[in-house]
Amino acid sequence: MPNSSQDGVAIEFRDVRFRVGNGLEVLRGVTLQVERGETMILLGRSGSGKTTLLKLVNALHVPSEGEILVDGKATAKWDPIALRRGIGYVIQEAGLFPHFTVARNIGLVPRMLGWPDEKIAARVNELLEVVGLEKGMAERYPNELSGGQRQRVGVARALAADPPILLMDEPFGALDAITRDELQREFQDLQKRLQKTIVFVTHDLREAMLLGSQIALLENGQLVTQLAPAEFRESNDPRVQRYLRAFQDNFTPTDGDAR
Amino acid sequence: MNILQFLHDNQQQIVELTLEHLGMVALAMLFAVLVGIPLGILISRRPAWDKPVLGTANVIQTVPSLALFGMLLPVPWIGARAERLAVLALTMYALLPLIRNTYAGIKGVDPMIIEAGRGMGMTDRQVLWQLQLPLASGVILAGVRVATVISVGLATIAAAVGAGGLGEFIFRGLASVNNQLILAGAIPAALLALLADVSLGWIEKRLTRQTHAAEVAVG
Repeated sequence: MPNSSQDGVAIEFRDVRFRVGNGLEVLRGVTLQVERGETMILLGRSGSGKTTLLKLVNALHVPSEGEILVDGKATAKWDPIALRRGIGYVIQEAGLFPHFTVARNIGLVPRMLGWPDEKIAARVNELLEVVGLEKGMAERYPNELSGGQRQRVGVARALAADPPILLMDEPFGALDAITRDELQREFQDLQKRLQKTIVFVTHDLREAMLLGSQIALLENGQLVTQLAPAEFRESNDPRVQRYLRAFQDNFTPTDGDAR
Repeated sequence: MNILQFLHDNQQQIVELTLEHLGMVALAMLFAVLVGIPLGILISRRPAWDKPVLGTANVIQTVPSLALFGMLLPVPWIGARAERLAVLALTMYALLPLIRNTYAGIKGVDPMIIEAGRGMGMTDRQVLWQLQLPLASGVILAGVRVATVISVGLATIAAAVGAGGLGEFIFRGLASVNNQLILAGAIPAALLALLADVSLGWIEKRLTRQTHAAEVAVG
């Protein structure tokens, strides 16, 4: 499992290129460092390569060129199963298993790691509280939950084995604006308490500004710039400017593009 | 003499032939499940194999059943005993729905769910046993159901090669132009098919309630 000490670089992309089957280059040489305890936002429009970049971290994709270091060790050298079990993964619509109860969904990684049943049960209860769900939810199935509740379960499942790194792929993208707002705020509180290293994919500038400690803007498979939210707002880079303008002009900027 | 009277008088033989019929179908379905489901799983993981395997099963399905029984007659060991031949022929017919449904069921599982599983560190085996097979179980069982109902009907033809079963009555009735004899075979066979359909349908429904509801909820 990636280790959890609090200083240094947790994830490093070194000149990463990624080509898909037909030769199209989705990532064209990305170099980026994610510090421990940081929330790195990968911001960009559809097709910018942000999700691909995320999936390279837990070896769901293998780079065509370059390498990704997790805790200083290239993902190619990690046992992919061990690597993934040590990294929390949250995706849009949560990707919950419909035939598993909430408790079994949350306890998935601990069970694979061989925790005893009592410890898993205790951890599930603890996590339900952390993400603001009632204990009674444990025996429900995902289809009996609202979208917001499902997403909370998704976060709880990612946190279950207490991984030092979390990957989140538009986790709040499919939610209505009010629920999204609520979950974003809770996520902020949670991050203050847990101090995980988080890589968070979104196309929503407001979400990026709210949740990120660093924002990496991607365009056409390349890193445009990497800035803290305050710097991002002040940037003179025309590509950043364009992004800022798009979100200024529109009061509900994300709705049209959510999924 | 009416048909009910006839059924009553020949009760014992009807029961015997029904059991024989059931035995053939059960054995054939067992073999078909043991071969068809693993084959379906295999081709869902080896994209290059799906067309040849499904194509072959398809071709078998298009062979007229009486011809298939006849074609198997000269095959050594198989052709030596009518029961073996009948069970093999029924197995071959049952393969297509089983392979196809297993394949389609696995392919039909939401790729987001599979990726979530892999992303959380499930091994290929865990993805198969904990995600793909349970989520495909409804579709696979539907294949078992279709195959069973087809087999119950086809098994009547087994009597043509002397393998017994309810087809005995039907063929004897055809030869002697005796409608009651034909019905004595056809009615129990139809009831068997209906029973298989209803009971397997019930299991299918129970198995899929949860996942199906989930699909509806997610849209």
